Amino acid sequence: MRLTVKDVEKCVGCQSCMFACSRIKGEGGLAKTSIQVKSVGGMERGFMVIVCRACPDPICARVCPTDALTPREGGGVKLDITRCIGCGYCKSACIIGAIFWDNETNKPMVCDYCGYCAKYCPHGVLKLEEWGGKHV
Amino acid sequence: MFKEDNLANILYIDLSRRKYWVERRTDLFEKYLGGVGVAIQLLKEECPANKEPLSVENPIIFAVGPLTGLFPLASKTVALFKSPHTGNLGESHCGGRSAIALRLTGYGAIVIKGTSSIPIYLAIHDGRVYFRDASALWGMTNSYTVGRIIRQNEPAEGLRTIMRIGGAGEKLISYASVTTETYRHFGRLGLGAVFGSKKLKAIVISGKHSLPVKDKIRYRQSYDYIYKEAVSSPVMKKYHDLGTAENIFPLNKLGGLPTRNLQEAKFEGALNISGERLAEGYLGRRLACAHCPVGCIHIAALREPYEDELFFYKTSMISYDYEPIFALGSMLGISNPEGLLKLIDQVERIGLDSMSTGVILAWTTEAQEKGIISEKETGGIKFSWGDYSSYLKAVQFILEQPNQFYRALSRGVEYASQKYGGIDFALSFSGNEMAGYHTGPAAHIGFLIGARHSHLDNAGYSIDQKILRLGNVEPEVLAKKLLAEEYWRQILSSLVICFFAREIYTPEICLEALYSAGYDLSKKELIEKGREIHNQKYRFKVQEGFSLDNYHLPERIFGTPSLGGKIEKEFVHKVIESVKREIFSKQNTTK
Repeated sequence: MRLTVKDVEKCVGCQSCMFACSRIKGEGGLAKTSIQVKSVGGMERGFMVIVCRACPDPICARVCPTDALTPREGGGVKLDITRCIGCGYCKSACIIGAIFWDNETNKPMVCDYCGYCAKYCPHGVLKLEEWGGKHV
Repeated sequence: MFKEDNLANILYIDLSRRKYWVERRTDLFEKYLGGVGVAIQLLKEECPANKEPLSVENPIIFAVGPLTGLFPLASKTVALFKSPHTGNLGESHCGGRSAIALRLTGYGAIVIKGTSSIPIYLAIHDGRVYFRDASALWGMTNSYTVGRIIRQNEPAEGLRTIMRIGGAGEKLISYASVTTETYRHFGRLGLGAVFGSKKLKAIVISGKHSLPVKDKIRYRQSYDYIYKEAVSSPVMKKYHDLGTAENIFPLNKLGGLPTRNLQEAKFEGALNISGERLAEGYLGRRLACAHCPVGCIHIAALREPYEDELFFYKTSMISYDYEPIFALGSMLGISNPEGLLKLIDQVERIGLDSMSTGVILAWTTEAQEKGIISEKETGGIKFSWGDYSSYLKAVQFILEQPNQFYRALSRGVEYASQKYGGIDFALSFSGNEMAGYHTGPAAHIGFLIGARHSHLDNAGYSIDQKILRLGNVEPEVLAKKLLAEEYWRQILSSLVICFFAREIYTPEICLEALYSAGYDLSKKELIEKGREIHNQKYRFKVQEGFSLDNYHLPERIFGTPSLGGKIEKEFVHKVIESVKREIFSKQNTTK
């Protein structure tokens, strides 16, 4: 499973997905979110949704010096926070910016493909779907 | 509230001394929740009695509430200040990302004091304040451009608000607005001029703290209920589909849309500027405030050719809402949608309140028609209803103030009409220009008695439509209804809940949401706070010279039949007397 952005042009920038991602972790606010919505440079031009797209050969895992991030079957990564030393290599390596940083714990955060955010997308921008781990 | 909740942290910024500090005020947030309830206390603490609004002593207070960042639609920031437009209580609410950013940078309120000696903008990231030189931005009249530059210059994309003023704020025009996220505003009562007087060009705020909740499972259940209501109720769907512009067509049909300076209440060109027509012809994008799934913000894409070059076009993205359409459309007789959009765009760019601007220009047009002023005053403009190009020029003149007449216009319609005449058709209520509702007596009484003289204080327009149309109501009953609505709205404004969600956030739902935020209140306690906050606001107003003893209402509202028929003066007077008794005797406001 992975989260896909079906039609970013329908995004109104409400950020309900971001709050959902924090809420599923039992908190309000946005510190724990692993998805971000931001404008492409002025809201009138629309938004971009930044979230892990579950690469089949994830660079973030390849650069992790402690194997805290490991490739997950079907694409994407698993994060073992107890192994993480907070070096930030994963964050620098992900060019789409989908490794988020928890400033409160000084550790990375990444989507775990639960799909909770998609349930709170009022306009069907986000969808959790099977994809088989292969880019086509 | 939670013991450690940073909601109770108040950020103080002194522009004169370039200094900031934090004070913890659990007392205020426990008693008054947040938003307007806390802000009025801070205003009373910080604003000495009877000071000039544009003087160094006038503070700017921003406040959010305990539900901000926890629940959808608790997404407004309340600003309080002394208004340069009315000389009394200034209160303005704004959405965008402002509330979320303020709460998640780690504060429940910000107090800005003093005046900078040089142009400055403030950057507040994760609770820290940076004073940035804004010399390069000063003199920049276009608020859009200011936003673009700050966007490039500051971090935290997607997590920040950028509040800024255009030329109108710098020129201290008393109804200058503060723009956030390009399309939302602290529109009314001149916060922009207070920014200008402090040489404060902009404030950017960002942060992404986490917020504690009590009982995680119950929190998610409450959230789901509110969220579901927000995305599925017909009221919210209405705001999503066509936005507030949806109301143009029905209100006009019923005969409550102020037209040509309220000489009429029906506009033959209303269909052309209706929500339906604007959506079909121009809607380019919908936007939402942060943490609001509704997305009521409607942006038109206006494509225009350049006159001097073949096949060269520009596309402007222009936000439209009911109020700008009334003020800059029907009120000026403008039925050309492109002309209307251009005028809205011009007003927004320089950062004027569109409602005040439209009402002022409507008075100007009628004053010229009646010969009270001539082309000598107007700088050669011959105003005629519907001629949007003359209004575009006039807006530029209000900014540039080339003569005494435009200097008068830059202070509002009440000031201008006192100076030039035509006070009977100057549609001002205690110094604030009217909103777009000629629905009956409740709307106009509501403007007058509302603590900020806004249609949003007590929704008189709604009472007109729901109750008065159906039959006679005793003056005392109407007075009580208006006040009861205003008391309750103090709670919503303290929780900074968008009024569009007022039917979702019933007292019971507010209490349920507050439980997750660590508040354990009874319904009675909650309701009582509304009355108390209203009382506090009125005390400030009285201190600053407000009175209902010698009130003035524009004669015009009695001359033009409203949606509910002709408005009777005697009835209005009785309601106001009843309001006076209710406010001043029971609550001892004058003490």
